[in-house]
Amino acid sequence: MGLLTNLKDSITRVTDRLFSESDPKRIGIYGPPNAGKTTLANRIARDWTGDAIGPESHIPHETRRARRKENVEIERNGQSVTIDIVDTPGVTTKVDYKEFLDHDLEKEDAVRRSREATEGVAEAMHWLREDVDGVIYVLDSTKDPFTQVNTMLIGIIESQDLPVLIFANKTDLDESNVGRIENAFPQHETVPLSALEGDNMDEVYDKVAEYFG
Amino acid sequence: MTMPEATPTDVDGVQIDLISGARMENLASMEKIRLILDGVREGNIVILEEGLTPDEESKLIEVTMTEISPDEFNGIEIETYPRSQTADRSFLDRLMGRESTKKLTVIGPANQIETLHKDENLISALVSRK
Ligand SMILES: Nc1nc2c(ncn2[C@@H]2O[C@H](COP(=O)(O)OP(=O)(O)O)[C@@H](O)[C@H]2O)c(=O)[nH]1
Ligand SMILES: [Mg+2]
Repeated sequence: MGLLTNLKDSITRVTDRLFSESDPKRIGIYGPPNAGKTTLANRIARDWTGDAIGPESHIPHETRRARRKENVEIERNGQSVTIDIVDTPGVTTKVDYKEFLDHDLEKEDAVRRSREATEGVAEAMHWLREDVDGVIYVLDSTKDPFTQVNTMLIGIIESQDLPVLIFANKTDLDESNVGRIENAFPQHETVPLSALEGDNMDEVYDKVAEYFG
Repeated sequence: MTMPEATPTDVDGVQIDLISGARMENLASMEKIRLILDGVREGNIVILEEGLTPDEESKLIEVTMTEISPDEFNGIEIETYPRSQTADRSFLDRLMGRESTKKLTVIGPANQIETLHKDENLISALVSRK
């Protein structure tokens, strides 16, 4: 019986998808380097598809190309929303290859990484203007949110009239200060979480479904 | 033999370009970005009386990224005052696509300018020679 019901369920799901009017929404994960964007993208992808999206690292600019995970189906309150998640390189206005040398890389390797990083950021900016249906803006809640890059990026996102959620990440750390982020961007909803520990992911998925479904 | 402009390369100092809103008004987005980046890449500090639209800011970041090259150009430092006016934009402005861009903007080469302090009404920056 269970098998039949399951089969019927999955057929319904397939036909739902075939006949649904809208394609999956493409959700860009933006934010400064090291905020935890890839950790979050991996957690979402693992929770709903079983596999990850890309490597996480304490070295800034580990993600140097936008990476995409398509058809991530998130089920919420009996409903399901399908999104494509795009993990982007951290947005910045400067990249100095010498910073990579501090992480024990050879010059050649550091230069290559910084070149890839700049290409990735350019691409991410382009996507933001052309190809994204909604934005998750990830911030490290132990850091000061009042930076020029954050203000500028949020302004750019607002000018595109894209739905945006602000994620205050790393709440597992003692220095985490979610209130500071709420004060910095009072016009948007802030969701606290720890992408690393998986704290508050229920609210994360509720909000994702509500904003981007 | 008229040389109306100083030749800054001869002088050991930092050149500051103050660009009025009127000068920028009639330029296309890419022309504005070119004007800014040409100045910054020569090592100048560029101050815009009226700033850029969010769309132009996004293109500025994109073009900056494509021009970064090792040991030559590391990118830009940019600060605007007031921080953001997006929250103050009226519904009508949004509807009409009018952007509030009246914000003073300071842009400089990342390896030469360092923001020391910034609050609601003051930007303090340290500029070093090349
Ligand atoms: N303590 C803590 N560390 C985190 C959290 N999320 C990410 N990190 C760490 O922050 C660093 C940068 O993470 P990553 O996902 O690569 O950041 P990205 O540059 O924004 O993609 C890594 O060392 C992660 O393990 C979190 O919720 N809590
Ligand atoms: Mg990353």
